[in-house]
Amino acid sequence: MSNTIISLRDIVVEFDGQRVLEGLNLDIHDKEFVTFLGPSGCGKTTTLRIIGGFVDPKEGDVFFEGKRINDLPPHKRHVNTVFQRYALFPHLNVFENIAFGLRIQKRPEPEVKERVSEMLALVNLKGYEKRNVNLLSGGQQQRVAIARALVNHPRVLLLDEPLGALDLKLRKEMQTELKRIQKSTGITFIYVTHDQEEALTMSDTVVVMNDGDIQQIGTPEDIYNEPKNAFVADFIGESNIIDGIMLRDCFVEFAGAQFVCVDKGFAPSEPVDVVIRPEDVKVVPEGEGQLSGMVESVTFKGVHFEMSVTVYGQEWLIHSTQSQEVGSVIGMRLNPEDIHIMKKMEETL
Amino acid sequence: MKTKHSSLFTLPYLIWSLIFIIVPMGLVVLFAFTTESGQFTLDYVSQVGEYTNVLIRSVWLAAIATVICLLIGYPLAFIMSRMPGFQQQTMLMLIMLPMWMNFLLRTYAWMTILEKNGLLNKLLGLVGLGPFDMINTQGAVVLGMVYNYLPFMILPLYSIMTKIDNRTIEAAQDLGANTKNVFLRIVIPMSMPGISTGITMVFVPSVSTFIISRMLGGGGNLLIGDLIDLQFLGNAYNPHLGSAISLVLMVLILLCMSLLNQFNGDEEREGMLL
Amino acid sequence: MKWLSKAYIWVIMLFLYAPIGVLIFFSFNQSKSRSNFTGFTLDWYVKLFHNDLILQSLLNTLIVALVSSIVATVIGTAAAVGIGSMKKWKKSLIMNITYLPIVNPEIVIGVSFMLLFVLAQGLLGRIGLGFEFGYGTLILAHVTFNLPYVILNVLPKMRQMDKFVYEAALDLGCPPAKAFFKVVLPEIMPGILSGFLMAFTYSLDDFVISYFVSGASSQTLPITIYSMTRRKVSPEINAISAMIFVVVLTVLLLVNFHGAHKERHARREGGIA
Repeated sequence: MSNTIISLRDIVVEFDGQRVLEGLNLDIHDKEFVTFLGPSGCGKTTTLRIIGGFVDPKEGDVFFEGKRINDLPPHKRHVNTVFQRYALFPHLNVFENIAFGLRIQKRPEPEVKERVSEMLALVNLKGYEKRNVNLLSGGQQQRVAIARALVNHPRVLLLDEPLGALDLKLRKEMQTELKRIQKSTGITFIYVTHDQEEALTMSDTVVVMNDGDIQQIGTPEDIYNEPKNAFVADFIGESNIIDGIMLRDCFVEFAGAQFVCVDKGFAPSEPVDVVIRPEDVKVVPEGEGQLSGMVESVTFKGVHFEMSVTVYGQEWLIHSTQSQEVGSVIGMRLNPEDIHIMKKMEETL
Repeated sequence: MKTKHSSLFTLPYLIWSLIFIIVPMGLVVLFAFTTESGQFTLDYVSQVGEYTNVLIRSVWLAAIATVICLLIGYPLAFIMSRMPGFQQQTMLMLIMLPMWMNFLLRTYAWMTILEKNGLLNKLLGLVGLGPFDMINTQGAVVLGMVYNYLPFMILPLYSIMTKIDNRTIEAAQDLGANTKNVFLRIVIPMSMPGISTGITMVFVPSVSTFIISRMLGGGGNLLIGDLIDLQFLGNAYNPHLGSAISLVLMVLILLCMSLLNQFNGDEEREGMLL
Repeated sequence: MKWLSKAYIWVIMLFLYAPIGVLIFFSFNQSKSRSNFTGFTLDWYVKLFHNDLILQSLLNTLIVALVSSIVATVIGTAAAVGIGSMKKWKKSLIMNITYLPIVNPEIVIGVSFMLLFVLAQGLLGRIGLGFEFGYGTLILAHVTFNLPYVILNVLPKMRQMDKFVYEAALDLGCPPAKAFFKVVLPEIMPGILSGFLMAFTYSLDDFVISYFVSGASSQTLPITIYSMTRRKVSPEINAISAMIFVVVLTVLLLVNFHGAHKERHARREGGIA
């Protein structure tokens, strides 16, 4: 892993007496694509704005390449932002929007021209120089906002839900586009989103946040396959969270049956949350599985059927490529590595 | 825009309004309740009671003018609001144009028309009528008010009515409402904020005018405004009594406005005034 | 129904314009009569342009209107920017003060200024800073009643503005003051301009407040017109009316034409994109 570029230490933020961040600690590595993922109100945008310099933390330190930058105003930070609704300058055309930062630095005209057209090429907007930004489509405005922020060659680019206002197809396109831009420029991207799929496709590292605190930091695979707690499991993809009891290492009881699993290190008979992904449940004929349940409803979802199944008095979500009849009883099998055991979450959640 | 110091921008304005709005208003109140030597007194305020007939006349004439403006202006505003865009702009311009002529000139125009040997009497004489005494009557004063302030009624009415979607009216018709019902149940309730703004904007200047009554009402139809003027710049120089009358006038208007404001939210008001 | 509304509009237009038409018509009358047209002349216009009192008061009016609306625009714009970022209760307090000069009867405002200035005359006179009613008092009063119009024109623009635009400028390396002038100011400029124009026209047109705060040497055009109407027969007034009407009409037509032109231009641009 490369060097740390930004560190947040024990950050506390309050708005009108309400705690938004409670003692947040985070290191961000150079040249990485990092995503802050969480539901709205979890503090992810606030964290981004601290890095941008738009929010002063009440307590804690912000370091940029080892130097404390708490008191550095936004215009002096080597960090640029792509704002949620782009915040383009409506009175300037595409060229002048992108050239804004360079004009502030009073760069010579030939350099401005060169760097702006370089940016226009990077975001595929060649020939749009003289366009009125208010008349561009959402996707084009998005590209201008990215070019405008990148033209200053920031060390870090902050992106605040930049794709939120685009439709699904365009969003997919821009996701690949952003990833490509990040790779080709080698700039650290810090990306805020509430869309878990977006986070998983684009990021090198995902920071899952909730209630002003970090829940888990890891690669998309780690986060998906090894969620640290039930919140992460529930937020990332769909999952069934079942009460269980850890009988001993690698042996758990839930839904009225006992299972071999791969997790250890719990106290004997400790109550735990058991997380099962809907696609990890294998449907087998009745009597052949470790569990059985009654099919309550079946919905066709394109690639698979989504079934709601009552197992031991609790409703489970199951994905299967084969439809089952509503009202029928099915058997279910689970592999040991698909059973994720987590410590019980505190009641605050 | 949110910076720590942005409220400092408001400071010059706050200081200005303190010196030139709050303090002068305070002076009016102070003068109304003190004698020349600075002693507290209720004499001037109670002296206003002697002019009850003037107060009643002012409110009465202003009320008549306001009602006439509403009756004339309401249908016009509605017709305008249902016109195609370009015609709306033209109408708007035609209604605002006289407003930008100084109101002294507009009032002066009526003086020349209503005179004993003025244009109107002359025209009536051609068909064998008159001459009538038209100038220096209460009717002339009301006419002057209506003429000067009619646009103040039409504009807020028009601007609220453009916000009434034609589909709302069509929906009402679809549900069985006839023209009368459409107006009673849809158009009038929805234009209520415009009505109350219009009423305020006609009533306030009408009830406090002193020029219209002086030019069209002769000496016999004094209004509150004339009384105040007399105490400050006229022969009866007495700023204490003048302040007391001003205070009564403000209270009167405040009462009328608070009655009206029950129909009207604050956000509406801002849009209406511009 | 159609012809009824048309007839209605015509009647009201007749009501609104007939008096002005009569006024203008008699400005070309040879005799001083206001009901007998005895023959065509432009004498009254010639006289008007040689009337020093009228020309001087026109100049006074323009100076007072220009200075007061510029001052009001600067103070009012700054105030609107500050108000835009204020907490709710503070904001509503300030807005109530702002509405005061609009909802208060003009005569009361005029009278209250007179009290203030007379008092100030006495107090400042004692320390050797005495002053006469004149340009100073006129401008102070005009700035005060112009301020609400500027604020009420700029505030909606502040509200409409994307507040992140200012942050975006900071983010791209602009120091705060520069960001304000480069990004915020152009955004709210239409509001500032219309506020300025509104203030300017109200100032040009004001009679009642000026009446109470002007001195003998600083009469504005409306005050001169007033004293002329008191003397009754003076066809120069008719000539002034005609001139003002033509000026106002020209300005309104220009503004409207410009507006329509801009709109068409924007539509054409939109068509390409």
